[in-house]
Amino acid sequence: MKNNTIIPLAIRDLTVAYHRKPVLWDIDFEAPAGSLVGIIGPNGAGKSTLIKAILELIPRASGEVLMFGKNYSLVRQRVGYVPQRESVDWDFPVSALDVVAMGCYGQIGWFRRVTSKWRKVAREALERVGMLDYADRQISQLSGGQQQRVFLARALVQDADLYFMDEPFAGVDAATEKAIITILQELKKAGKTVFVVHHDLQTVTEYFDYLLMLNMRVVAEGPTKEVFREENLVKTYGGRLTLLDEALEAMRKRGTMG
Amino acid sequence: MNWLAVLLGSVSHANWPDEETVIRLFTLQDYNTRVVLLGVTALGLASGIIGSFMILRKRALLSDSIAHATLPGICITFLILSAMDINSKNFFFLLFGAGLSGIISILCVQFLRAYTKLKEDAVLGIILSSFFGFGVVLMGFVQQHPKGNAAGIDGYIFGKTASIQAHDAQMLMINAILICIMSLLLFKEFRLICFDSCFAATQGWPVLKLDILLMGLVVIVTVIGLQAVGIVLVISLLIIPPAAARFWTDRLFYQVLIAGVLGAASGFFGAAITALFERLPAGATIVLVSATCFFVSMVLGSKRGMLMKFLKKRELDHQVLEQNLLRAFYELHEDDEGNLIPNKGARLNDLLIMRSWLENEVQAGIRILTRKGLVTKDANHNFVLTELGGIHATRIVRNHRLWEIYLITHADVATGRVDRVTDKIEHILGDKLVARLEHIVAEDYPHLHVPASPHPISGGKI
Repeated sequence: MKNNTIIPLAIRDLTVAYHRKPVLWDIDFEAPAGSLVGIIGPNGAGKSTLIKAILELIPRASGEVLMFGKNYSLVRQRVGYVPQRESVDWDFPVSALDVVAMGCYGQIGWFRRVTSKWRKVAREALERVGMLDYADRQISQLSGGQQQRVFLARALVQDADLYFMDEPFAGVDAATEKAIITILQELKKAGKTVFVVHHDLQTVTEYFDYLLMLNMRVVAEGPTKEVFREENLVKTYGGRLTLLDEALEAMRKRGTMG
Repeated sequence: MNWLAVLLGSVSHANWPDEETVIRLFTLQDYNTRVVLLGVTALGLASGIIGSFMILRKRALLSDSIAHATLPGICITFLILSAMDINSKNFFFLLFGAGLSGIISILCVQFLRAYTKLKEDAVLGIILSSFFGFGVVLMGFVQQHPKGNAAGIDGYIFGKTASIQAHDAQMLMINAILICIMSLLLFKEFRLICFDSCFAATQGWPVLKLDILLMGLVVIVTVIGLQAVGIVLVISLLIIPPAAARFWTDRLFYQVLIAGVLGAASGFFGAAITALFERLPAGATIVLVSATCFFVSMVLGSKRGMLMKFLKKRELDHQVLEQNLLRAFYELHEDDEGNLIPNKGARLNDLLIMRSWLENEVQAGIRILTRKGLVTKDANHNFVLTELGGIHATRIVRNHRLWEIYLITHADVATGRVDRVTDKIEHILGDKLVARLEHIVAEDYPHLHVPASPHPISGGKI
């Protein structure tokens, strides 16, 4: 493994509980640098919870998370986050450019205005996701996929080394899916590590080179080629048959069985 | 008709102000009126600004709860002050007590939310009514107190604008300046936590502290506004102007600015009206003025107003109708080569059978086209395209067919649905898009016939 002195994300014995009921048990995980990591698992497996616990948005019951060997609070600027699209009110009176510029606020600092210098940075990020033409639109006038791309652009302006994306592919159009994939490939090429909560098992082998299979605990982890197998899927998805069928079908198509 | 006479009688009995009084009022010649007007204008400005952030942070009900929760604080402070034989009317002490019990109510809300599974609105309902009920009971003690009525404590429930003194007005203005400065300084930070507090937290912004600051400013405005508009109505100054402003803009800065201006105007004109008609309650009048602002904005607002939406929809409907009609003319007299045979008339019935539309629709469309000089009548009273009309019709048919071909070949739309979908979108195709369509279609179907491009060739509007 290259860069073995700087592991982008190391999780040890992480447990998260809601109202004393654990939702994530003893998560142990280490991500190799420069990889696209897919986090898959059924609904309620704790995929979003894992990301939120890593980013300290919800309290941990126990465990330790290190990013680049340090505590999160020391390396915030190197860590980017793309929340679920549904987590905000898209009726909010801001333009697409305003939202993307929010990714710069940390660098701009307290009390200062968003100057044209920062708007230029935001425009460049919008261009990367193919949304420059929509910069001045109020965000409710964008389609779901376009909104997702705005969120992605907001994370990109930060130029982080480690990214967490919560279901960026959920309910988006083909153009957006393509745009996101292109960005993911670019990030990987630049040596960055990206975690993506993902639902569509059909595309797992195509998109991700590393997998974290989750169902309240780590069922399997490793290079996609090695862990995306029938027995792991059965363990991850349990009795949820329709999803399982879909996954098995996907594997047959890709010829990764056996 | 009896009731009408009674009503008219009571209206005519009201003392209508003479011209001189009105002039004196609006030129602020009267010292007392000046104080009151400046005070409530400043209050309206401050509450409009901070209310905008509060609503976007989805905390509107919480501040209503805070306002109601101030009553026990006011009563207890009064009782303590009178027991200690200090001046029980001392405004600052009373406001301090009000603010304190408002803050206690927030803590209670947070506590109930954290330790029960009650929903937010239920928690707020419980806290609001318990605190207010407690306050009303205490009010009973206050009024039995020998000094109770003298303190005018009950004025806090519905407000007593006329009692605003110079130092009160001063405080209201300082408060407004404070709110303006804080909102300007922290504009970016408030925008961030209001829009996406989770993202703000990951960026290292102290979301909780900013939230506390924002709610603290709301509590200050609420408490200071009690004297002017009262516990029951102060919330309306925080909610109505921001809600009205939203109809005029899509940008946060202007939202805040317009809300401030509308709030200030409501305060000013509300108080002015009360000064002119003596028996009107000031707090309620201010609220009614702001409600009027709201309804006017709702109808006339330039961004989301109902009239604007209606007009936009009608414009699009007309455009669609015109273009469909031109296409009908074209297709009625199209030769085998796909070209328009010029100067051939059409009767209403010929046009009617071209698509499923109503007679009055077609007639309305013909009227519009005639007015634009695209259609005229020939010697036999048939409708006929003018030269200009022919050019437009050719262009529209061309765009329509390009779009149709594109949808069939590139967009995976079922062939049967193409016409319906095309109808909606083709009417708003821009020049750029048409040029791209031509390129795509020419590549895929070099031999396919679409009408030759007329001059001038361009997409979009007639």
